[in-house]
Amino acid sequence: MANTVWKANQRSLAPWLFLAPGLIMFIVYVIIPIFQSMWISFYDWDGLGEKTWLGLANYAELLDDDAFYTSLKNNVIWLVLYMLALPAGLLIAIFLNQSIRGMRLYKSLFFFPFVISQVVVGLMFSWFYAPDFGLFYNLIESLTGQGIAILADDRFVTYGIIVAGLWPQIAYVMILYLTGLNNVAPDQVEAARLDGAKGWKMLWYVVLPQLRPATFIAVVVTVIGALRSFDLVSVMTDGGPYGSSRVLSFYMYEQALSEYGYRMGYGAAIAVVLFAIMMIFISGFIWKMWRDERGR
Amino acid sequence: MVHYRTGALALTAVLMMSTAAMAQDKRIVTYNADFDPAPLAAMEQVIASFEEANPDIDVQLNNFDHEGYKTSIRNFLSADAPDLANWYAGNRMKPFVDAGQFADVSDVWEENGLKESLASALPSMTFDDKQWGVPYTYYQWGIYYNKDAYEAAGVELPGPEGVTWDQFVQSCEKFQAEEIDCVTTGTKALWPGAGIFDYMNLRTNGYEFHMQLTGGEVAWTDDRVKATFAEFAKVQPYITRNHAALDWQDAAALLVQGKAANYVMGNFAVAVFKEGGMTDENLGFMGFPTITEGVPRAEDAPTDTVHVTSGAKNPEDARKFLAYLATAEAQTTINNAMGQLPINKDATVGDDQFLQAGFEMLSTADGGIAQFFDRDAPAEMAKAGMEGFQEFMVKPENVDRILERLEKIRGRVY
Repeated sequence: MANTVWKANQRSLAPWLFLAPGLIMFIVYVIIPIFQSMWISFYDWDGLGEKTWLGLANYAELLDDDAFYTSLKNNVIWLVLYMLALPAGLLIAIFLNQSIRGMRLYKSLFFFPFVISQVVVGLMFSWFYAPDFGLFYNLIESLTGQGIAILADDRFVTYGIIVAGLWPQIAYVMILYLTGLNNVAPDQVEAARLDGAKGWKMLWYVVLPQLRPATFIAVVVTVIGALRSFDLVSVMTDGGPYGSSRVLSFYMYEQALSEYGYRMGYGAAIAVVLFAIMMIFISGFIWKMWRDERGR
Repeated sequence: MVHYRTGALALTAVLMMSTAAMAQDKRIVTYNADFDPAPLAAMEQVIASFEEANPDIDVQLNNFDHEGYKTSIRNFLSADAPDLANWYAGNRMKPFVDAGQFADVSDVWEENGLKESLASALPSMTFDDKQWGVPYTYYQWGIYYNKDAYEAAGVELPGPEGVTWDQFVQSCEKFQAEEIDCVTTGTKALWPGAGIFDYMNLRTNGYEFHMQLTGGEVAWTDDRVKATFAEFAKVQPYITRNHAALDWQDAAALLVQGKAANYVMGNFAVAVFKEGGMTDENLGFMGFPTITEGVPRAEDAPTDTVHVTSGAKNPEDARKFLAYLATAEAQTTINNAMGQLPINKDATVGDDQFLQAGFEMLSTADGGIAQFFDRDAPAEMAKAGMEGFQEFMVKPENVDRILERLEKIRGRVY
């Protein structure tokens, strides 16, 4: 009996059976926690004692929280400036896309910052910026007579961290474009050249359109990289000075899990806001992929 | 996270089973702690002599690193409580007392006369008229100074009585002329700045007011708080300019190199100064100067404690260990190794000059002993307050905005 049911539905059941392990993991570790976070965001909870129902009070508090707006503003700055990784990565990729002796070595050197851990990148840049002995600090001091401690100055600190973040991010985008450039059809380039295209026109009308898949992936990883910027902030400044370099992900951690935090509900509310922002981008990407797949 | 936890639990379970098999005839007391290497060795010594006196008990110490400990204590207290756990006195232990995770050990205090011998720490261990743990060490805060820097700037060295507040502020101008930072600190981790604020407020308004402020009973926009910041503003221009980018050790280096003259710090910094090459000859210590005449002198002295957990499997023997840890003998051993001060009044203080000075200073503090800003104030208030102090030390002109922000947070926290 069971055998016949299996035989009759084998074709429709088999894919689900193969998907099951992945689906179960995804549901348990991704989907359910998303809803749990939303649920917790309606409570006041210190992670130990009783939960108290607050309704939307956590969100109301967010609207009146300067630190939240600072984080949000910094997140926007991160998003905008992180996009610089695209042109910079493309430029380096085009520059490196030549056949010269030893080119592999140069490529791997340029790729190097992406290989090392973000924590190490953060440490290197904090020493670079450090007052009294930092290279950058001394450089500014010898030029202007007055050193600037980037990480102690609320005007510059976020930009200082973004520069540190861009370094590996550019390397990442570069490698994406390098593989993309391998697939640019040489006959089209040749044909364009015969028609007299060169320089910017060649890049804009012939090469870039062929790099569209690489650009798409590069945009996706850069947006997500900017929104989840946490490690660099944590390593370089801990959100300081006086909270001026916080981003949403760091503020969430601070409120929910850090030494002085343990406001799980409030942290969860920040997480939900961050998730909503990410959702805008993610649904945009998914929509585009879906459209492309149908188009073909 | 979940994975990691179950993995770690399984591992500890296996480890415990294997050690249990070895010591079947002994009753086990498990103890989670966060000691540095030297204090760890001393605690093991204390445990060894305790086990010698109680051959049927086996204390198993499980050591964590500091930062890891602070985040994992919440997990292990609710998931798999040890019998004993390290923590801190004052408001810092209140969440665990309120959540019922530390056990009431008033009986240990009663039976062993600890209210007598550990009297100085009694207020900071008491909630609801009950005691919730046993303190074993504390250390003083104060001003550490570089005598060479004083000489370089032509400033007279402070006498045994310290200096007056006016003298201190005036000396800062002389240091500035020599491009020496009068007061140094590194507020990257926020807390060192709170030490300066604590003393400003303790000296301007006294212990009672400081406790009311950290306890949320007084507004941050109160005129007395503003008076504290007015005094603070007098030395603000002479504080190391880039302190927000420095760790406390970086600022210690400035003091060692003579680029800074004074450092408001805890006694644990002496080890760092000496590693940097300073000696008893050129490193000086003094209490923070009096600001308002007639305010009884109070000091900051953070106290470290051990607690019996509510989930303890062997609370009787854990209590026995606490009683032993409170004795003069045990406190002498561990504090000599840590280079800190024992709480037990009959214990012997190490003959290091800074310890002696601290002991003298704390035992004559008639105003009271504060625990430190981030232990006296609840966590959220402490964090916001310390950020405010840091901002003030960079941009003193923002003081009103900072105080209004703190007041808003006070309204929510308490």
